[in-house]
Amino acid sequence: MSAIDISGVSKRFGNTPILHEITLAVEAGEFVVLVGPSGCGKSTLLRMIAGLEEVSAGEIRIGGTLVNDLPPKARDIAMVFQSYALYPHMSVADNMAYSLRLRRTPKQDIKTAIHAAAAKLGLGPLLERKPKALSGGQRQRVAMGRAIVRRPKAFLFDEPLSNLDARLREHMRAEIKKLHRELGATSIYVTHDQIEAMTLADRIVAMNGGHIQQVGSPLELYDRPANLFVAGFIGSPAMNMFPANFSRRDGRPTLVHPAFTLTLEDDCALQDGAALTVGIRPEHIELGAGSIQGIVDLVEPTGLGTIAHLTLAGTSLKAFGLTRPPLMVGASVSLDLPVHNLHLFDADGVRVRR
Amino acid sequence: MLRRTLYWSSHYLLIGLYVLFALFPLFWLIKVALTPNDLLYSEGIRLWPSRTSLEHFRFVLAHSEFPLFFRNSLIVSAGTAVSVTLVSAAGGYGLSRFTFRGKPLLVALMLITQMFPLVMLVAPMFRLLAPIGLTNSLTGLVIVYTAFNAPFATFLMQSFFDAIPKELEEAAMIDGATRFGAFRRIILPLTLPGIAATGGFVFTAAWSELLFALMLNSSSRASTFPVGLLSFVSKFSVDFGQMMAAGVLALIPACLFFFLIQRYLVRGLTAGAVKG
Repeated sequence: MSAIDISGVSKRFGNTPILHEITLAVEAGEFVVLVGPSGCGKSTLLRMIAGLEEVSAGEIRIGGTLVNDLPPKARDIAMVFQSYALYPHMSVADNMAYSLRLRRTPKQDIKTAIHAAAAKLGLGPLLERKPKALSGGQRQRVAMGRAIVRRPKAFLFDEPLSNLDARLREHMRAEIKKLHRELGATSIYVTHDQIEAMTLADRIVAMNGGHIQQVGSPLELYDRPANLFVAGFIGSPAMNMFPANFSRRDGRPTLVHPAFTLTLEDDCALQDGAALTVGIRPEHIELGAGSIQGIVDLVEPTGLGTIAHLTLAGTSLKAFGLTRPPLMVGASVSLDLPVHNLHLFDADGVRVRR
Repeated sequence: MLRRTLYWSSHYLLIGLYVLFALFPLFWLIKVALTPNDLLYSEGIRLWPSRTSLEHFRFVLAHSEFPLFFRNSLIVSAGTAVSVTLVSAAGGYGLSRFTFRGKPLLVALMLITQMFPLVMLVAPMFRLLAPIGLTNSLTGLVIVYTAFNAPFATFLMQSFFDAIPKELEEAAMIDGATRFGAFRRIILPLTLPGIAATGGFVFTAAWSELLFALMLNSSSRASTFPVGLLSFVSKFSVDFGQMMAAGVLALIPACLFFFLIQRYLVRGLTAGAVKG
């Protein structure tokens, strides 16, 4: 198990900058998830750690060793690819044994390692099969098996569950988490799926446009998003956002929206009249209480709860609740926006501290 | 039901017509090769002679220089197939996997070589090869054929490499292989169908090439069989029977070759089941 240190790492393809001075320290044994929309540079960063892409500037260290100029084979890391990248002409056992054979591991040890990994992943009866005779989920397991037989310094995952159907993805997600707990291996996991990021990570690194937007535990990112990007990216259904103005009425900090005004509990360093973006998570909107009136646009029952789409003075809001309120489309409903659950972002989209 | 039957019967009818059309010259070749000389001109045009004989084959094998031409052709074609496959596998891999300065220019140059008629190059080629003793030589032919076939074969190989996901090599390199090791142990075995197809294509191209074989090699010692076939044409007559018999014999290696690589070709069409 080794720590991975990334400091000031940049990447350009030709004249196109992809990553801008990324600095990130991954502790030994930690499970870090890089999450962001496609094109944000998360996969490129992972491939740079693996040695599949050159580093344009900055330093990458694995276990304290500078690896910038080391080929992948000298970095002692394992990687699980989105396409699994199983060797199609080799059996499952040979796929897993390949890396050990290249290291001239004694035959008996290879056998032991393969059987241990196969037992852990439930691949025992499939060892002699070729990849084409496996289902998507089984291939994914083989890819995992190929990574764990080596006991590498770190595991890199590049969207490993994206090719699986929803149910299998949920299942494998739990398996990966269990596996990490058992092996305790340093892991860096790339995904665009914020649920995967939330459920798997010790720490999430949210990325956009080649920059790190926020680093923190899943709940930190959920409860205190550092900026509008993170606020909008993490959480499903997504956080509601609407514009409002800040003012001090009778010395009390107040948010002014065409349809309502909200008095804040505590003050913040904002100019009177400052334009803000206000965010509130759908589950924090309380229906049937409070003094604000909204019109019901659409009702989506999810079984678990209900998502109600509301409009008030041109602002659309989604409210989520575990109850099944008798909502009529087109009817008016009263709602409350609890001020302690509001997220405020300034004109630059940065979180306002309160 | 009726429509289906109609569809399939017209389907097979069309295929049948095409096969008939394509194979008829071959049938005629065999028919003439088996017709004895005395019947060749006396029976008129018939689908099958009233009497067949192997006299032409006997003559070609025992009394002509055909076995020598045949051997020369084998050496030249096999040599060309091997050298083009090596060159084009390496070149195709490079084009498929690497970006480098001047790559578009290189590709354009390779395409240009395919654009003008080979006849234009006969004289300069002769001038180039004669001083270094590569005319009247099988080696000379192998070099010329390799040069002319390599660009197309390289593009062909590139398309086969393009079909293999890059992740496979990357996985192998992370597993501990060097780039060359990943190429040899992972990519090459998966490209065997492509290599077989390329080899087969080049082999047949070299096997039937006439222009350069005729112009560069004047002595019968270094003649290939297409040139040899011409020797059955004399000033006063054409010995069709012997010519056709030689032609039938010349088909054998090409058939054998394709028979050997056939399973790779078929696999080449169904391969690609790499990811789910």
